[in-house]
Amino acid sequence: MLIFIGKRLIYMLLTMFAISLILFLVMEINGEAVARRVLGPFTSAEQIQAWLQANGYLRPWYVRYVEWLGNVLSGDFGQSVRFRTPVADVLWPRLGNTAILAGATFAIMVPLALTLGVLAGMREGSRTDRSITVASVISTSIPEFASAVLLTVIFSTWLGWLPGTSAMSDGWNPVELVLPVMVLVLYGFGYIARMTRASMAEVMQQLYIRTAVLKGLPYREVILRHALRNAMIAPFTVIMLQINWLLSGVIVVEVAFAYKGFGSLILEAALNQDVYLLEAATLVAVLVAVSTQMLADIGYTLLNPRIRFK
Amino acid sequence: MVQDVGAKAVTPPERRRSLLRTLFGGIGLLRESTIGMVGFGLILFWVLVALFAPLIAPVSPTATLQPFAPPGTVTASGETLWLGADQLGRDVLSRVIYGSRTVLFYAPVATFCAYFIGCIFGLLAGYLGGWVDDLLNRIADIILAFPVLVLYVVIIVLIGPSGLNIILAVTFASAPGIMRIVRGLTLDLRNRDYIAAAQTSGASLPWILFAELLPNARGPLIVDACLRMGYVIITIGVLGFLGLGLPPPTPDWGSMVAESRAMITFAPWMAVVPAIAISSLVLGFNLLADGLREISLRD
Amino acid sequence: MRSRSDLFPDWSPDQPVLECEGVCVSYFTRAGEIPAVLDFDLKVMQGEAVGLVGESGCGKSTVAMAIMRYLGRNGGIPRGRVLYKGRDMAELTPEELRQLRGSEIAMIYQEPMASLNPSLTLGRQLMEVPLNHEKSVTEKEAYERSVQMLADVKLPDPERVMSAYPHQISGGQQQRVVIAMALLSQPSLLLLDEPTTALDVTVEAGIVDLIGEIAARFNTSMIYISHNLGLILETCDRISVMYSGVVVEEGSVEQVFDRMRHPYTRGLFDCIPLPGADKQARPLIPIGGQLPLPHQRPRGCYFGPRCDFFQAGRCDVPPIPMEPVTDQPGHRSRCIRWDEIDWDAPRQAAAVAETLDEGDVILRIDGLRKYYEVRDNSLAALVSGKRVRHVKANERISFDAREGQTVAIVGESGCGKSTFAKILMGLETASDGGVAFQGEDFADKPVQKRSADEVASMQMVFQNPFDTLNPSHTIGSQLGRVVRKFGDYKDRREVRQRVLELLDLVKLPREFARRRPRQLSGGQKQRVGIARAFAGNPKMVVADEPVSALDVSVAAAVTRLLTDIQRNHRTTLLFISHDLSLVRYLADRVVVMYLGHIVEQGTTDEVFSPPYHPYTEALLSAVPIADTSVEKKRIILEGQLPSVLDPPKGCPFHTRCHRKIGQVCETEVPPVIEDAAGHLIACHIPLGELREIAPVIAEKQVAAE
Repeated sequence: MLIFIGKRLIYMLLTMFAISLILFLVMEINGEAVARRVLGPFTSAEQIQAWLQANGYLRPWYVRYVEWLGNVLSGDFGQSVRFRTPVADVLWPRLGNTAILAGATFAIMVPLALTLGVLAGMREGSRTDRSITVASVISTSIPEFASAVLLTVIFSTWLGWLPGTSAMSDGWNPVELVLPVMVLVLYGFGYIARMTRASMAEVMQQLYIRTAVLKGLPYREVILRHALRNAMIAPFTVIMLQINWLLSGVIVVEVAFAYKGFGSLILEAALNQDVYLLEAATLVAVLVAVSTQMLADIGYTLLNPRIRFK
Repeated sequence: MVQDVGAKAVTPPERRRSLLRTLFGGIGLLRESTIGMVGFGLILFWVLVALFAPLIAPVSPTATLQPFAPPGTVTASGETLWLGADQLGRDVLSRVIYGSRTVLFYAPVATFCAYFIGCIFGLLAGYLGGWVDDLLNRIADIILAFPVLVLYVVIIVLIGPSGLNIILAVTFASAPGIMRIVRGLTLDLRNRDYIAAAQTSGASLPWILFAELLPNARGPLIVDACLRMGYVIITIGVLGFLGLGLPPPTPDWGSMVAESRAMITFAPWMAVVPAIAISSLVLGFNLLADGLREISLRD
Repeated sequence: MRSRSDLFPDWSPDQPVLECEGVCVSYFTRAGEIPAVLDFDLKVMQGEAVGLVGESGCGKSTVAMAIMRYLGRNGGIPRGRVLYKGRDMAELTPEELRQLRGSEIAMIYQEPMASLNPSLTLGRQLMEVPLNHEKSVTEKEAYERSVQMLADVKLPDPERVMSAYPHQISGGQQQRVVIAMALLSQPSLLLLDEPTTALDVTVEAGIVDLIGEIAARFNTSMIYISHNLGLILETCDRISVMYSGVVVEEGSVEQVFDRMRHPYTRGLFDCIPLPGADKQARPLIPIGGQLPLPHQRPRGCYFGPRCDFFQAGRCDVPPIPMEPVTDQPGHRSRCIRWDEIDWDAPRQAAAVAETLDEGDVILRIDGLRKYYEVRDNSLAALVSGKRVRHVKANERISFDAREGQTVAIVGESGCGKSTFAKILMGLETASDGGVAFQGEDFADKPVQKRSADEVASMQMVFQNPFDTLNPSHTIGSQLGRVVRKFGDYKDRREVRQRVLELLDLVKLPREFARRRPRQLSGGQKQRVGIARAFAGNPKMVVADEPVSALDVSVAAAVTRLLTDIQRNHRTTLLFISHDLSLVRYLADRVVVMYLGHIVEQGTTDEVFSPPYHPYTEALLSAVPIADTSVEKKRIILEGQLPSVLDPPKGCPFHTRCHRKIGQVCETEVPPVIEDAAGHLIACHIPLGELREIAPVIAEKQVAAE
């Protein structure tokens, strides 16, 4: 087991290394392009040359890569062009904001989706099953930007219950989180619920469930002891992978509600050609995604005795 | 081996193949699933709208008539703006109708490209195994390590927003996922006796991949393709919404929502109509996928 | 919770434990009601074992599920009653039914692996039974009783099994756990649904033995469901034969086996190969036609269309009731002509294939080895440095096959017979040794490097009928492809003609060329598989368990077809099988394999009579024989099949051998001793001693009548 975890760790580091290299190459191999992005489109050739000289861009790429990697590992991502401050100063607070948003989303979405999924899968084809299935299909079909618009119109414009933006301009206000969380939960829960339902329905058809029933166990016992545990293995992986998906979702939602988080930061960096900020943000996003992937793998192994004791 | 009679013992009626019949047969089968039919209906609706856009649209999607006209307004020149007009005075209904052309062109093309690449590599990885499999999997791991939208953002920033680039980005980002699915199906199929039979009769690699393996993986792949279409439609919408999509003035549902977001308090129709349009189309594909899966599980 | 006698106040042990009266079971589908079982009667007394026998689809498992009242969402019992200890099961409350299940009526299943929960320890799954059925039981008592029961079903090291997960023990052990689970509450009725079908034959013998012992010890009533008549003979007192959802004959085992009064029962016996009999003396007679589908049953007698004694106007007029066989109490038959048929008339024996004179050696295997590398990533392996281990799939295989000969390779799962087939076919290459086919070396020649002629001259028939044909292509196109590949037929018409000829060859209608595999039955698919193998006029055909997944009546027909074609074409047939009875019928030579080694080889008669290798002896004794007139030695092999990853040193069989002579078996590889020319045995026991062993199968001394 330790060896397995160690292996996953090494593999994760290798993946991160490969991604950092690729990212560096596509972003910075052409020094002049970097200079143009940093200095703006109307810079003269001499200025660019001077900038390249000053920032060491005339050295071969691998030397620059090693130096860059060293800096990144020590937390120095360079200067943001747009914010005129070190990248780290903008990045971390923004990431914290997003963590709050994502945490709130998960806290609501996961229990909701699992409960609905189990209820639906327990009796395949029943009325409960059908309504939950249809509801989750509809919810996954509405893109976040569409549901953001629809929910804003309903709750903000018509009913006036909730604020339509979440810029937190008058200080931190949890009420402003409600709409963004609602949008993310709406789009995300359907997928987990469907996976849970499928997994549960499959487990309920297994022969060992028949064995449990014909052993004379009460229905509750059959569900809780025999079905649930096996049915939770697949959704667990899905939930962990949802973190990866959530990193995409927050971009849309934060833009839609003007929330100052990590997602809107990436987009700002991209639209403003802010090379260093974009590099840093991408690396962080990938790191989060890859580590959840690793946790998903390890958790899957722990949950599944067939793999655990090989 | 010993299986008692149940519902499954009913043999399917004999059907002869011709392309047209298969198509109609498929739709006939779909009749058994209400959800599938609803999904198919939604898709068919939008396909017809896209095909006959010039006939249906009351006015040109780029004509400027009366800015911020609410739904039902009759303009000075006598046109009724059933769903209102936008900030430039363009008819929202006509723009949504033309917008279906954009999405129903780019989404299928992008999905097809992604499938083309994904199937080839998935078949190779699953069937050959060994270092080919390892290499392809490592590459897929790296691409899949990016949160999807981050990947799109990075790609579009690098190559710039345009129709072709959207197709490229979607292909690049979705092909690894498709490859994984095809690989999984291939792993399951490659140990079947009929594959061994083909091998022992000296069949070539392309024959085994495309004539023996791929047709038997088609069921789950068609279902996945429907889901993926829905997802690609969302992606194209999101890119438009974030300002990374097609350049204006192409009518595009995502950018229509984005442009009108600021005006949502006094002109909600501008954003709501395209939002509903894209949701219904995605819903169509998702429902169709569900219906197809339901039917395939029955047989 | 009430005690058991409260549930059944009126019952006394001289009344039937279970009574089924005219039970009908139906599944309700979109296509309407599909009757699976019709008019089913059964009476089981205390301590009695009743066998339910029939081919797949006859409704025998459905009966068990109906008794348990577990028919799923779309199943139901529209007519008839099931009385358990005098109470109608339909009138039990859900809570009473729950108490009944697992405590009064327990079940043992066909697939032990799938029937155990993979993520709970076996101990937990066992303890649940007493904990849920008896209020006063504590965790500790439940644990102790479970351990005791595991010891009772002869599992070594019960404590370890208690803390293990299902996948950590072998299939045979899993089935013992399932049996222990069923017995924990000492049920009055035990339902066994094909309990040994998924197991190897030597493991099966142990389980069957155990079941017999239990029944005697606890005085439990049993309903034993099986497709294997031999097993029923060994385990049951009474038997019901089912066909297409109805019981066609019932009676005591002796009545039904020796004085059957239904044409289907007789047909069934005629297609079972008996290892005691010779193929010349008792040829297999397949039943023509096919089992009708539940919604396409014929009017009147369901067996009518396949019956030799069918009389229009009588047999096709319902109702066809069960009629008592007058001179035999308790014997009933669902045949209105049972009184008219001359049951002692000799069957028209189909022409027996004459033995072919031996041709030249066409295949020579010489010291073949096949090792697979397995990487071990466990901590222990890292420390000891033994990262790479070898699976010895084949070890020093040597034998010859001649033109026109049928050579059978016999062995249980894991003996390396399928690996060997793969090497022959060029799907794998040998690690060492030679494979000479028509003088060409095939050992290192994968199929890609073989010429078209070489590929055509060696072809294969596969095991699983549901897998052998590509579901996406028509029969015609699949055959046509092979024809084009192997023949000189370039013209489309010629190819088509050849495809039709091939269909004729395997006795399938020509219109099958346009069909797809899913429209064919298992037997028909297997015939297409045979046609495909013979498309290029091969010199040799390798058949890997070609009929093991088919029902007996179909298997007999497919086997006949295969051997007929082979004889007519003078093709060499390498027949891989685990079924000794079948092998006796069709093989000229037999090669017995165990854990990758050949332990014995010789002509069929030599292998089936002493001197035996101890493994051959055990294998022979384990085969259930559906013949009341023979007697056989019972040899139950101890222990489990060793892992190929870690094969025993010395003789591979020494860990389970009942004739082990001592240290030498564990340390030295046994010598190959020659009994007669070509009859080779790999054993340390001197030939003289082996020769003195009595035959495993013998005629019973006391004549039946």
